[in-house]
Amino acid sequence: MKNFAYSRAETVEGAVGLIARNANAKFLGGGTNLVDLMRENIEQPDAVIDVTHLSVGGIDGGIIELPDGGLLIRASVRNSAVANNPLVRERYPVLSQAILFGASGQIRNMATTGGNLMQRTRCHYFYDGTARCNKRTPDSGCDAIGGFNRMHAILGASDSCIATHPSDMCVALAALDATVHVQGARGERTIPFAAFHRLPGNTPHEETNLRSDELITAIHLPPLAFAKNSRYRKIRDRASYAFALVSVAVALEIFAGTITGVRLALGGVAHKPWRAYKAENTMLRAKASRETFERAAKAELSDARGYGHNNFKIELAKRTIVSVVTELAEAGGVR
Amino acid sequence: MAELNSVIDLREIGSPSPTVDIALQINGATHALRIEPRVSLLDALREYLGLTGTKKGCNQGACGACTVLVNGERTLSCLGLAVQYEGADVTTVEGLGVDGTLHPVQAAFIEQDGFQCGYCTPGQICSAVGMIREFQNGMPSAVTKDVSVSIVELSEEEIKERMSGNLCRCGAYVGICDAIREAFDSGVMK
Repeated sequence: MKNFAYSRAETVEGAVGLIARNANAKFLGGGTNLVDLMRENIEQPDAVIDVTHLSVGGIDGGIIELPDGGLLIRASVRNSAVANNPLVRERYPVLSQAILFGASGQIRNMATTGGNLMQRTRCHYFYDGTARCNKRTPDSGCDAIGGFNRMHAILGASDSCIATHPSDMCVALAALDATVHVQGARGERTIPFAAFHRLPGNTPHEETNLRSDELITAIHLPPLAFAKNSRYRKIRDRASYAFALVSVAVALEIFAGTITGVRLALGGVAHKPWRAYKAENTMLRAKASRETFERAAKAELSDARGYGHNNFKIELAKRTIVSVVTELAEAGGVR
Repeated sequence: MAELNSVIDLREIGSPSPTVDIALQINGATHALRIEPRVSLLDALREYLGLTGTKKGCNQGACGACTVLVNGERTLSCLGLAVQYEGADVTTVEGLGVDGTLHPVQAAFIEQDGFQCGYCTPGQICSAVGMIREFQNGMPSAVTKDVSVSIVELSEEEIKERMSGNLCRCGAYVGICDAIREAFDSGVMK
């Protein structure tokens, strides 16, 4: 690992001021991804600004209940604290579950809410410095296309990049229509979750719409009554501690046999957490039946494309959607 | 820049001081260190302080051998920079026992044959101590059927899921689970 200058920020303003003055600087959260990438020399910052000591607030532990029933989660709150928060568990169980299905107990204790959004892909070719990778070295090519691409994207990929976003937590945040609060040298702004991460296009090295001087300060969860009836399902190669082949986050509301509310997002299938709008539009106001769920899954995957080893993901994604939505409809989707 | 505990002034990156002076609280003692910012907590423990109980396995957050407790929470010391942990209370396997008496989880690992070669054992034990505290704090897991209700039983399924961040190449998992079960059921940690 290349050496660097370290600084510990005590305020958001201080952190933003430092990054604005240092062109090749990185914010450091729990370190569970950045330290690993630095050790592999994929990330080589000259300066590291530790933002884990920014105050998470008082007795609320950094998770604030808003008057409308929504929640504001400060960016430095650890993943395990979010997963175990009573209000998250009761009102947004899909978020608690998604976090618990990711990584390990140790990593969840370290990883921060903001850092989770900034994770980079676990594509093996991205990690392998001898392979071609447009994300690591722009315009160098992509060895995943035509290579071993079992873990790779089936939706929204490009001729430049077929990597996937690795987060589980972000799949739930996409389904819940979260908002990302950020602060930069030019002030504060909010970014809708669906607009935070980018599809690869010709610039797969640009992974988010966060500007270089901006720090994530909080995640806002808007109120969503039927998120009480929500669930996360993750399909992976082993029972625990593995990245998703396909994952599904869903919240469902059924009234008198008709779907009156639905949120659906997929993980492990694209360069960003994939909000399944086509499936949602198919389901909304339709009869809550297996036939509807199958039609919705088919619609969502209609544009899917396999790259050889990952062709199985298209059928797997459809079956997983149908399975988990059916299960949720039977278990708790009825209002 | 009064708001910063700046150990290196970032404006002088062209000629950075290669080392920083920090103090770490480890097993109740304060250790002064002069290290480069890139030194991991794991390497600080093993290479600078001679605390070799904590083991380096994969050095990339996949195996759990380097698990220590930071403010009581299990943490991978290979993925943390030592400078980040100034001001934190770090406990390694060397600090679990008191006055020459083994921690109940350590004793249970011996009693239940929770190891073969022993390389993963310090990480398994620190992880188990942290995991039991998490369970006692009501933390759900991926196998918890309904996260909106509190969990009452630390079932074998729950133990396996919660310990999935610690690998054992010898495959001593049966003994490891039995040891954790024994330590938990004994009530010593309650």
